[in-house]
Amino acid sequence: MKLARIKAVCAAVLGIAAVHTAIPAAAQTPKRGGTLNYVVPAEPPGYDGHREGTFAMLQPIRPYYSVLIRVDPNNPSTTTDFVCDVCAGKVPEPTDDGKVYTFKLRDDVKFHTGETMTADDVVASFNKIIFPPKGVRSLRRGMFSMVESVTNPDKSTVVFKLKFATNAFIPVLAIPFNWIYQKKILDKDIHWYETNIGGSGPFIFKERQAGAFMRGDRNPNYYHKGQPYLDGIRAIFATKESLRVQAIRGGRADIEFRGFPPASRDDLVKALGKDVTVQESTWNCPIMFSPNHKRKPFDDARVRRALSLAVDRWGGAKYLSKIALVKTVAGITFPGHALSPSDEELKQIAGWWPDLKKSRAEARKLLKESGADLSKTYLFIVRGVDQPYKIIATWLIDQWKQVGINFKMETHPTGPFYAIQRGSKEFDVSTDASCNTIINPLVDVTKYLSDDRASNNYYQYKDREVDALYDKMQRLTDVKAQRKLMFEIAKLTLDTHANQFPVLWWNRIVVHRSYVKGWKVSPSHYLNQALDNVWLDK
Amino acid sequence: MNEEAILAKLPGAQAVADVVAPKQSFLAALGTWARNQPVGAVSGLMVIFLILVAVFAPQIAPFDPVETNYGAMTQAPSVQYWLGTDQFGRDLLSRIIWGARTALFIGFTSAILGATLGLVLGVASAYFSGWVDLLFQRIMDVFLAFPLIILAMAAVAVFGTGPDKVILAIMLPFVPRCARVVRSGALAIREMPYVDAARALGYGHMRIILRHMAPNCMAPYLIMLTTFLGQAILIEASLSYLGMGVQEPTAAWGLMLQGGAETYAETAPWIAVFPGLAITLAVFAFNLFGDAMRDTLDPKLRSR
Repeated sequence: MKLARIKAVCAAVLGIAAVHTAIPAAAQTPKRGGTLNYVVPAEPPGYDGHREGTFAMLQPIRPYYSVLIRVDPNNPSTTTDFVCDVCAGKVPEPTDDGKVYTFKLRDDVKFHTGETMTADDVVASFNKIIFPPKGVRSLRRGMFSMVESVTNPDKSTVVFKLKFATNAFIPVLAIPFNWIYQKKILDKDIHWYETNIGGSGPFIFKERQAGAFMRGDRNPNYYHKGQPYLDGIRAIFATKESLRVQAIRGGRADIEFRGFPPASRDDLVKALGKDVTVQESTWNCPIMFSPNHKRKPFDDARVRRALSLAVDRWGGAKYLSKIALVKTVAGITFPGHALSPSDEELKQIAGWWPDLKKSRAEARKLLKESGADLSKTYLFIVRGVDQPYKIIATWLIDQWKQVGINFKMETHPTGPFYAIQRGSKEFDVSTDASCNTIINPLVDVTKYLSDDRASNNYYQYKDREVDALYDKMQRLTDVKAQRKLMFEIAKLTLDTHANQFPVLWWNRIVVHRSYVKGWKVSPSHYLNQALDNVWLDK
Repeated sequence: MNEEAILAKLPGAQAVADVVAPKQSFLAALGTWARNQPVGAVSGLMVIFLILVAVFAPQIAPFDPVETNYGAMTQAPSVQYWLGTDQFGRDLLSRIIWGARTALFIGFTSAILGATLGLVLGVASAYFSGWVDLLFQRIMDVFLAFPLIILAMAAVAVFGTGPDKVILAIMLPFVPRCARVVRSGALAIREMPYVDAARALGYGHMRIILRHMAPNCMAPYLIMLTTFLGQAILIEASLSYLGMGVQEPTAAWGLMLQGGAETYAETAPWIAVFPGLAITLAVFAFNLFGDAMRDTLDPKLRSR
């Protein structure tokens, strides 16, 4: 068995190495034709990218739409490399002291209806996202808080005027959910895109069979000349992980974009050898636990701090990465980003101290001081998804037990779980995740603001100190100064006020058939999903 | 003077007594039963073994069943970990021993509650007859139209997860099944002279149902009860496997088959094999024991 595992690991290493050796392969002349079959772990709850926020909607539908700018599909691991999609030339530099961005549009972008895309369509789409009319839900409205207006002086120019200069703007603009809709359709029925699909992307939507698949054909009028290389795409829905693994193993699917746990990677590599390629990346997504600040004894910062101190993040990262989609220890910002603290700085924060014995002794002391009732069993609600939620939750319960505080785990399917988190608030501690698209800490950390400012903070607290620091940081453009403030926010959130706690950052493992070329892993399962540069080397 | 005293005074009383009512000690009777029902006896021993394991789990289990151990993740069976460890490094043997407690607690509780409620409802339905019987039976028909597991899943969806709710969910489908079987026997008992006599003496309905009719329906009740035990363990495991039963980190056999067992089926098959074996053996034991009970208690089968 050990030998088998060693073989699997060696094969995995070879697989990962194959990604790097595949760089010359990417330079090969792409072949035309074929259909890309990819498995998706859930079905889309709706079709409107401005309204939804799940990969289950993005992965099957993104290829039917265009965006203004995007992360470079040939270098999606970057945090700064943005390229134009429907805009012409390069992403523009700001003017007017960083407060005005002027985009020139391509003149060859056509909707699948045959009509040409103009600045009217782009402005209508961004106005729907940033200034939605009453009754229209826009999930990313808050992220565009720096935008004052979106206008078009002519049919090929779009102007974004900002309230203040900020380097958070361009990354927000590149979020892959910011699809360009047709103004004509929006004017007629602003809800049309919630239940219909029709964009200007590399593929044209053909059909959806609920519970089975969605498929689309190549757009022959696509504006990036020569692309897409594929004749068609088919998103196959399969909720069970074992089914998705078997689909790739049996050749029914070519790739799964969300990510497999290490054991499934090893199984596939062991079974298929060089026929599969593994691509890995740190994921812009920390798994978290968050106490309900209105429930006793978690209304006491000492108890919340004790929960964080009990968790062995450094040890856990090493071992949990073998069984779950997690790997990296970091704080509230993406590991390695210019605004993130170094490991040495991180180790100054309670819960990230390198000495576990000292941490746990402090946790026991705090629990004792707080007078928390340790004879009680508290309620820990968990999203009913194995990877990584249930795995990490099981581990956390044992971590907390070691400092004397006991939890009962209650798992709920995604819908009821959110209903409890957002509605009834019947929990003491909850699992959570802060999965983001573009790596943009200035926006990604909004989850840690007061609950009346962050729509995804469900934990019933207000922290005006953090809010004030955030507002100050957002108006700065000097990275060093921003970094300093970001660390102060982290100290307050994780240590002093002990509000919410990232545990570990996810690790994305994408295993695909080796004949799938052109696609590169990114730090988010939302990014690089247009599939216009993907081809099959069969 | 009781029957035995009268018999003792009769001439040749001992010889007659030996023929009429041969006396056996409990152990001897058990021995006779075991000789007549060898499969039942073996399964009975397995059931007793499971009960002992469940009762003495804290003393028997070599490790804490919920304690994770980084250094021992997915370890194959060895001298230290007899049945290996799971992906969290938890000892599988300890989790199976503690899982017996979960399985038997939920199994016994739901089977006893379901069968007893079915007994009372079945006897009451037969006793009252008329429109009460008609109404009861149509309601039972509705419940019987659903397969056991589907009804249990629907109940969990309504009540939620956790051991108490799982017990309720498993108990519900048992009620109509037991009530239907008990009712058929109770219909005959209802016509017996002693029931008429009880009515004539002015006893209330509750007293007649609970004191005079229900005790005479014990044979089908016990048969159903033992059958339900195996089924209850299987449903509990199924619900836990589907994520609708007890929750991590509680040790439960079905839960042990979920998640990790699927993911590690190839690299660490022991994670799936041993809990699966535990479920199989427990259900097998209870079902065979139930069959033996039926063969013993059912007069029609006994006379064959």
